[in-house]
Amino acid sequence: MEQLFALTPLIPVFPLLAFALIVLWANKNNKLSAGLAIGGIGLSTLTSWAVIAATVAAGHEVQIAGWSLPVPWLPTAASIFNTGFAVDGFTAAMLFMVPLVCTLIFIYAAEYMEGDPRYARFFAYVSLFAAGMLTLIVADNLLLLFIAWEIMGLCSYLLIGFWFEKDSAKKAGLKAFLTTRIGDVLLFAGMLFLYSRTGTLTFREIFKPEVLDELSRMLIWGLPASTVISLLVFGGAVGKSAQFPLHVWLPDAMEGPTPVSALIHAATMVSAGVYLVARMLPLFAIVPQGTLSWVAIIGSVTAFFGATISIAQNDIKRVLAYSTISQLGYMMIALGLGGFLAGVFHLLTHAFFKALLFLGSGSIIHAVHHGAEHADDHHTDPQDMMNMGGLYAKMKRTSWAYFAGTAALVGIFPFAGFWSKDEILAEAWVQWHEAGSIGLPFWAWLAGTLGAFLTALYMGRQIGLVFFGKPRSKAAEHAVEPGNRMTVPLLVLALFAAFIGFINVPFIANGWLHHFAGLVHEPAEVLHLEAVPFQISVALVSTAVALLGFFLGWGMYRNLKAGQQDPLARMLGPVFTVLKNKYYVDEFYKFVFIDTTVALANFSAKFDYDWVINPIVNFVGNTGRLLGELSGRIDTVVVDGMGVLGTARLFKWMGRELRLTQTGQAQNYLLVIALVSLSLIAMYLFGI
Amino acid sequence: MNIPFILTLILLIPLLGSVLILFIPGSNEKGIKNLAVIASLFPLLFSILVWIGYDRATGGYQFVENYSWIPSLNIQYHLGIDGLSIPMVFLSALLSTLGLWYSAKVIKHRVKEFFVLFLLLEASLTGVFVALDMVLFYFFWEIELVPMFLMIGIWGQKKDRPQYSAIKFFLYTLVGSVAMLLAFIAVYLNTGSWDITQIPGLLSFSPSLAALTFWAIFIGFAIKVPLFPFHTWLPDAHTAAPTAGSVMLAGVLLKLGGYGMIRILIPYFPDVFRASAIFIAALGVISMIYGALVSMAQWDLKRLIAYSSVSHMGYFMLGVAAAVYYGDLTSRTIALNGAVLQMFNHGIITGGLFFLVGVIYERTHTRDLTAFGGLSKHTPKYYAIMMVTAFASLGLPGLAGFISELLIFRGAFATMPVMAIIGVIAIVLTAAYILWKIVQYVFLGDFSQEKWDKIFDVRHWSWGEDIAPFEVITMVPLLIGMVWIGVYPLAILTTINQASYAILSSAF
Repeated sequence: MEQLFALTPLIPVFPLLAFALIVLWANKNNKLSAGLAIGGIGLSTLTSWAVIAATVAAGHEVQIAGWSLPVPWLPTAASIFNTGFAVDGFTAAMLFMVPLVCTLIFIYAAEYMEGDPRYARFFAYVSLFAAGMLTLIVADNLLLLFIAWEIMGLCSYLLIGFWFEKDSAKKAGLKAFLTTRIGDVLLFAGMLFLYSRTGTLTFREIFKPEVLDELSRMLIWGLPASTVISLLVFGGAVGKSAQFPLHVWLPDAMEGPTPVSALIHAATMVSAGVYLVARMLPLFAIVPQGTLSWVAIIGSVTAFFGATISIAQNDIKRVLAYSTISQLGYMMIALGLGGFLAGVFHLLTHAFFKALLFLGSGSIIHAVHHGAEHADDHHTDPQDMMNMGGLYAKMKRTSWAYFAGTAALVGIFPFAGFWSKDEILAEAWVQWHEAGSIGLPFWAWLAGTLGAFLTALYMGRQIGLVFFGKPRSKAAEHAVEPGNRMTVPLLVLALFAAFIGFINVPFIANGWLHHFAGLVHEPAEVLHLEAVPFQISVALVSTAVALLGFFLGWGMYRNLKAGQQDPLARMLGPVFTVLKNKYYVDEFYKFVFIDTTVALANFSAKFDYDWVINPIVNFVGNTGRLLGELSGRIDTVVVDGMGVLGTARLFKWMGRELRLTQTGQAQNYLLVIALVSLSLIAMYLFGI
Repeated sequence: MNIPFILTLILLIPLLGSVLILFIPGSNEKGIKNLAVIASLFPLLFSILVWIGYDRATGGYQFVENYSWIPSLNIQYHLGIDGLSIPMVFLSALLSTLGLWYSAKVIKHRVKEFFVLFLLLEASLTGVFVALDMVLFYFFWEIELVPMFLMIGIWGQKKDRPQYSAIKFFLYTLVGSVAMLLAFIAVYLNTGSWDITQIPGLLSFSPSLAALTFWAIFIGFAIKVPLFPFHTWLPDAHTAAPTAGSVMLAGVLLKLGGYGMIRILIPYFPDVFRASAIFIAALGVISMIYGALVSMAQWDLKRLIAYSSVSHMGYFMLGVAAAVYYGDLTSRTIALNGAVLQMFNHGIITGGLFFLVGVIYERTHTRDLTAFGGLSKHTPKYYAIMMVTAFASLGLPGLAGFISELLIFRGAFATMPVMAIIGVIAIVLTAAYILWKIVQYVFLGDFSQEKWDKIFDVRHWSWGEDIAPFEVITMVPLLIGMVWIGVYPLAILTTINQASYAILSSAF
């Protein structure tokens, strides 16, 4: 079994190969391109299973210490920097989720994207995307992780802006890339601090107790190096996992085709940020009261505010997008409280049920879109929930799958989200009670519980608006269930949404995932790896708020008529407007960052070429030219005019005047001779 | 593999080609073009042979040729290469071949002169990288100005003020080189030698004289790099130059200054360099950020890329400054590796970008960003190639630009973290101007056939609308380079690391 580990580097290679083949060879052939993409990711899935099997079989030691393969990569003075691959329990758990969800999404997309003029290009991009995510998981060092991380940034840019003819799409792509890049640069800085202080980026090397200890003692700008570095690393995760304040790109990412949304929101992109924090957790935790509190705070804020925005959105995918932001906040809460596995567990379950919800929403949009075409209606926005209604009767498969996903997200027993979200809340609850005072764990628990209520509310609203009541548009009336390639992946995901939680149920095998993936880090003061005991009170409270929220939303919206005012808008008034406009964060950023940067750029350009720098150069040049002209003038007038030509003129004049003495008469000459002779004699006599 | 006089051959063959072309009648354009391309293939081949043949275990200068040239002044004809110059010689040969091949298709005006000058340019540029005698170095350094000057002046577009740009380029560089020449003479008077390899051991300046000489040479090199605030000749020269001229200018000419700093300034004046490192790093960081901001404000595609060169060479400067500052030798070597690799990468990436501007300019005679839109749909191959190059330029991991930025920042974070942390802002700005200005304006959005028909010049362009095979051939070697270095940098870095390590460990 051990030999199976050697297959690990192949996992990202298959989709990468698919990408290359599509771009260079198959791009004219749609069927072939989709086939290559699905084949590539399918092979990755199978290989992953082999590696997972090897990890399971290898037992505890390997699950903790891991298998790794270093590859020499960069010569650095007298040594060589190794990149490489590694697998441990945590990686194996991720390897179960990522390729599987990707495969289902790819199969779904093969039908969903039909008729798109850039069908082949789509499958090339998503293959590269999957390759990036898989590389990220199997990387044994931060540098390779970062490379994969950025490749995903590229793919998200390309895929979000996939329909670049639309102005909103091309802008959304740019926004996603630049916003996440701000985070990436922070991560880059953190990575280089880490590398320059420790001389290594390999996870196993960094997490050696002596290295961590040194990092916690060393200072950068008066703070412990580990704190500075982990804050910077967390900055990267904030960008990638769309945490406040860098969350703005994620809702706009809905401009991409729906399978891309599923890909970004579930299996890849946003998971990467959480994965990064989870992977680097020992560094975060080495100094108590350091970065981890910030992780928990940002997580709590995001979990709550994301959910509030979500209740005021009408676009079916935007509701889910803010829901993702909020759910990622939960994962950050868990990690911030030191509950490594609680965060990872929610990451895994969320990937399944959120992929399901996105693909489900895609199936709904697809259906409404076709309905609109059938009714010859080109104005109805197929993503607006206000145009839907009564779809349960028309698309049973999608509906049931969607209900399963909703139950998982809302946290209904025994669906996946119930177990994972509850573990997070229990984590906060237990810490709150241990501390005995109202502190961060209490606020985190409160944010999480309120968030759970809001989550149930917006999902109830969504279910009510989409599936129940009467169709509110012609398009919804004519909606039809899509074909098997789209619905079968939905049903498979629904199974996972229902049952995946059992891998970590406290009553079964004592939380199996905890032993498989939870022990990869050394425990520390604020980092605990043992599962918290099941908290019945937490479970009861969150189930109660979930049911309350869900039925409230469902009840208010299920019979909403077309054109009727939104009941929540009526209740909340201006607050609803603020929520609908996402707290005006976008407007604020545009004003503060974008406009300022563009103004600064224009100023710099003027400064450079029109006002200061270039004018100085031209001034020096022109001075030179003027001096040249002046010298020329002096040359003509003084040197040449007075000097050279002046001398010539003098002699010319003298010649002309003296010529008059040449009379040709002998008596004149004799007179001159006589006068000169007399003068000489006189001079001699008088001794002059 | 030791071909005798291989370095001389690298210099002589293009020169010979240049002379031979003079004897071909100007009407025989085909013959002239073929001869020029063939003449440039030899240096390319030889530079690869030199790279392969260079013994990395021994290191130091190899393939050395040393003959007395002007005995009364102790001037030698002294050539040799090490891990620093090998990539530069190769870069120069590669871009020359590609530039000649590309020009053979698009140059229609005063063909004979163009190719004569281009080959002369190649020989003189390569000469700077292989010269180990200061007089010889200076000789090539100056010769190279002439063909470039004429190329900008004669083949520039009227609306781009070619004469002004050419003269600005020439005079600006010349001002720098005069100071440099005086400094070289001062060094000679102190040491009695012109030998670049010997002088570091002989030089015994007083600190103030050392500082004066250092700055005299530094400014000469800084103008060439170009470092803020000596950069304004660059956008004008680039805009006016013909495509291949821009490629050579950005790809090779700018590297002369950077090469000189590493080859001459670090070994000669390590202490002065170290003492001024923070100041120089600050100039580098200003170049990075300021260059990127100015780029962002441009609407002329070529000017935009020209300013991006200022920004990218700022990274180089930061790397060199980090390499000479206080810190552990490993970090400093990494920084210098990054700086050298950044020069090479900038050569292939920005060289590529200029070719790609040429592609669109030859078809439409405009570089105005607002004139395009939606080309990714209309010219998908062009789009694909541009995307790879553009992302390489903005430092996407997996492509070449990232590796050099990584190494530079790795070194800088160890030796001068404040500069490094300010410098990373440039990374975001670079992404912004490339994606917002180039990609979004030219390639995304809706394609308008009407707008395109208005600018696409069918009469003078017979190779179709999407990128033509000959243009693809021009780009392929560069693309391979970008991907190769990005994915597996070990090959090129082993060579560079050898030299960086040697230079830094003997200088300090």
